[in-house]
Amino acid sequence: MSQVDKSQDSLIQIRDVGFSFGDHKIYDHLDMTIPRGKVTAIMGPSGCGKSTLLNFIGGRLKPDTGDIRVNDVSVPSLNRRDLYALRKQMGMMFQSSALLTDLNVFENIAFPIYEHTELPDELVKNLVLSKLQMVGLRGARHLMPAELSGGMTRRVALARAIALDPMLVMYDEPFTGLDPISLGVIVKLIREVNDALQMTSVVVTHDVAEGCSIADYVYLLGQGRVIGQGTPEEMSGTKSPEVRQFMGGLPDGPVAYHYPARDYKEDLFQDWPDD
Amino acid sequence: MTSIRLLGRWVINSVLRLGRATMFLTATLVGVFWILRRFQLILQQVFAVGVLTVLIIAVSGLFVGMVLGLQGYNTLVDFGAESSLGLVVALSLTRELGPVLTALLFAGRAGSALTAEIGLMKATSQLAGMEMMAVDPIERVMAPRFLAGFIAMPLLAAMFTAIGVLGGYLIGVGMLSVDSGVYWTSMQEGVDVYDDILNGVIKSVVFGFVVTWIAVFEGYDAAPTSEGVSRATTRTVVIASLAVLGLDFILTSLMFSEI
Ligand SMILES: Nc1ncnc2c1ncn2[C@@H]1O[C@H](COP(=O)(O)OP(=O)(O)OP(=O)(O)O)[C@@H](O)[C@H]1O
Ligand SMILES: [Mg+2]
Repeated sequence: MSQVDKSQDSLIQIRDVGFSFGDHKIYDHLDMTIPRGKVTAIMGPSGCGKSTLLNFIGGRLKPDTGDIRVNDVSVPSLNRRDLYALRKQMGMMFQSSALLTDLNVFENIAFPIYEHTELPDELVKNLVLSKLQMVGLRGARHLMPAELSGGMTRRVALARAIALDPMLVMYDEPFTGLDPISLGVIVKLIREVNDALQMTSVVVTHDVAEGCSIADYVYLLGQGRVIGQGTPEEMSGTKSPEVRQFMGGLPDGPVAYHYPARDYKEDLFQDWPDD
Repeated sequence: MTSIRLLGRWVINSVLRLGRATMFLTATLVGVFWILRRFQLILQQVFAVGVLTVLIIAVSGLFVGMVLGLQGYNTLVDFGAESSLGLVVALSLTRELGPVLTALLFAGRAGSALTAEIGLMKATSQLAGMEMMAVDPIERVMAPRFLAGFIAMPLLAAMFTAIGVLGGYLIGVGMLSVDSGVYWTSMQEGVDVYDDILNGVIKSVVFGFVVTWIAVFEGYDAAPTSEGVSRATTRTVVIASLAVLGLDFILTSLMFSEI
């Protein structure tokens, strides 16, 4: 496996991160390095903590142990002002799009620009229109979020995520629930945006085919740590049973499909202690 | 044993909530300070809150004033004191009914709407989205709404009172036999600017503060699910109404007790 060059060309370093929600352990000694200027896919089964990981990078959650460095600053130890300054350089596309429902498409994309710059209206308009042109929705700028289809919503969310030309864009499950055409459009857009604007992209997904088709580098998460990493070709050629299970979509194998629980037989035949 | 444990959990949860609510209030007040520069945002919210509530306040004020006119007249006429009808109506409205009923209606109409709106923004990760765009939702969303409620509530109470006085006039002078001049003069002579009007205004300001605080906090603290939002909305109405009635007793005893 080829390792990413750890010293120079990485934007994000995740070191020895441990985290649990209450008793439910999510991460245990997680190490990851995200290369600068590339598209990195983070894949793993549903509920393994991918969205949580993005929340670490964005500073909305703090890991219990370990460190997360973005562009050479340690995110968990930033104060509020510096954290907000860092976030201006990050774009995020949420799993649920998170568009502001009382603003139309144009205003949604203009929102971060108006909040953070003093640009004259004319310039803001040009900026927003250029982003809308990229995602092919210039004609839909007057629609409200409720009037958009799922695929259009994603594209608007993408346009908003890149409104301030950030250095890093994070996509949380950008592919779920899309028809093949919209899906192809989003895949192409993520790639194009990354290359045209020279950003770093992190794509979180459980969709193996799309993840591999889009990424320069792939991380596979399972059981609270990285169980496989490499370029898409290396991943599909791997011998590791855990990676093969996930890449091949096999229901059972080393990666548990079940949420941690006690023995099934015990659960069936014994009284439930009130938990 | 379990009931004691439940009681303990309830107490701990309540104290924790109160702590969160206080921290939230502090952050919101700091946010208000920042948001003052963007007057447009506040105006928008005053408009939204006002439009929601003006009609219901006007109609309720009219009916309450008319009922006061009827009841007041029926009682006063037995003592031959129907010439004081104007005074009775005005005092009941400025001192009590204006601020209290407006606050209750405000909690039910505008307060629940605020909670639901903010709760839904949370449930659909709009607030999280703002945070990731480096926009502080407390400053951008909570502070203008809080300030708007705080501004709107005394205005609405004043409106309620004014329309109520007119309602009393309609009944007392229009239907019953009170003289129009007497209705107004008794009011003019008997209502004191400080004792009655100012105290009423203070009440409505306090109620506006508390009701909006509760409404905005409940939305912000709601569990991010549809069930969580509906529970938060109900809680806003219940807690805000109880708070208004309880505070009204405390304020009244402070203001009008002769010590
Ligand atoms: N606020 C929370 N409180 C408690 N547990 C949580 C919370 N948020 C998430 N979890 C748990 O953390 C685990 C990881 O959640 P996360 O949302 O990061 O998963 P994910 O990998 O993004 O899943 P998906 O692919 O379904 O989006 C889940 O098992 C979930 O039950
Ligand atoms: Mg997720």
